[in-house]
Amino acid sequence: MIAALTQLLIFQLIGEVIARGLDLPVPGPVIGMALLFVALSLRGGPGESLQTTSLTLLSHLSLLFVPAGVGIIVHLSRVADEWPALLAALIVSTFVSMAVTALVMKALARKPAANAGSPS
Amino acid sequence: MSAMTPRITDLWVYLSASPLLGLTLTLIAYQGAVWVNKRCGGSPLANPVLIAVTALVALLLATGTPYQTYFDGAQFVHFLLGPATVALAIPLYTHFRRVKAMLVPIIVGLVAGSLTAAFSALLVARLMGASVATQLSLAPKSVTTPIAMGIAERIGGLPSLTAVLVITTGILGAVAGRYLFDALGVRDPAIRGFATGVTAHGIGTARAFQESEQAGAFSALAMGMNGLLTAVLLPVLLPLFG
Repeated sequence: MIAALTQLLIFQLIGEVIARGLDLPVPGPVIGMALLFVALSLRGGPGESLQTTSLTLLSHLSLLFVPAGVGIIVHLSRVADEWPALLAALIVSTFVSMAVTALVMKALARKPAANAGSPS
Repeated sequence: MSAMTPRITDLWVYLSASPLLGLTLTLIAYQGAVWVNKRCGGSPLANPVLIAVTALVALLLATGTPYQTYFDGAQFVHFLLGPATVALAIPLYTHFRRVKAMLVPIIVGLVAGSLTAAFSALLVARLMGASVATQLSLAPKSVTTPIAMGIAERIGGLPSLTAVLVITTGILGAVAGRYLFDALGVRDPAIRGFATGVTAHGIGTARAFQESEQAGAFSALAMGMNGLLTAVLLPVLLPLFG
């Protein structure tokens, strides 16, 4: 588990160095994800420990958003002032963008025969 | 004053200055929220982030604890967002064959969803008379937290408000996704996952993993791609919107 965590941190670190070094708009961890993906493609998949640790970490992804979410406490007064606009904007745009994405993809995706063609 | 009072005060001074309390409370709140979610049969309505955040906000308000004091402890959990983002490469790799087969729907769906997410939020907020700072903080709300905060800073929004809006969007998407896709007759887990990730980033991805690993992988892919696309497009397109 420690070895796997070390690998994840190394990729994050490289991503962070690239993002800051080249002044990219993309955060380091996203670049780290892309680099790890390339590394996995080159070596034909993750080792067992990296696989297990990553999937464990991802199964608790919700936990990692809690501290930032509690930050709403800092904005309570603005939220209290503008909540109808905020709520309407968030609800409408969440529904509309999920529906647009899903319907566009459904219209363009090939029929289920193509889906069944890739056993995993 | 009894002799006990100073001791309790000392204890509180120690606990509130140490990261231990904020960290432990975050973990307790999350496990409580997961327990509630399980008791509700894993229903998306009982969203674990929503439950845990609500409990912690109530606790901080009741004890008059500043957010910064809480975050000194909770930052250890927050930090793990970085390695978790890197770890998304693993499910992405596992499901990449399916991704390649769906490249066209993925790219067109991404552009359509990404623009709809940003500009529909801006439009509604403007029609309802929100302040300019609030409108600009809303625009990147479908993008994963660290990218969204960077975008907000660049376009003149309030990064910390954006973080809150991002998380609220994620919760809404995670709660509503299943019902919306069922109503629209969208059954393919790849499409359900991808549409969730475009709109509801990491929190949607956490929910998508609960539905299936394939949905989770596509949601993670969408989250990464939408982060990149919005970071590049929004600063360019925003001036056109006026």
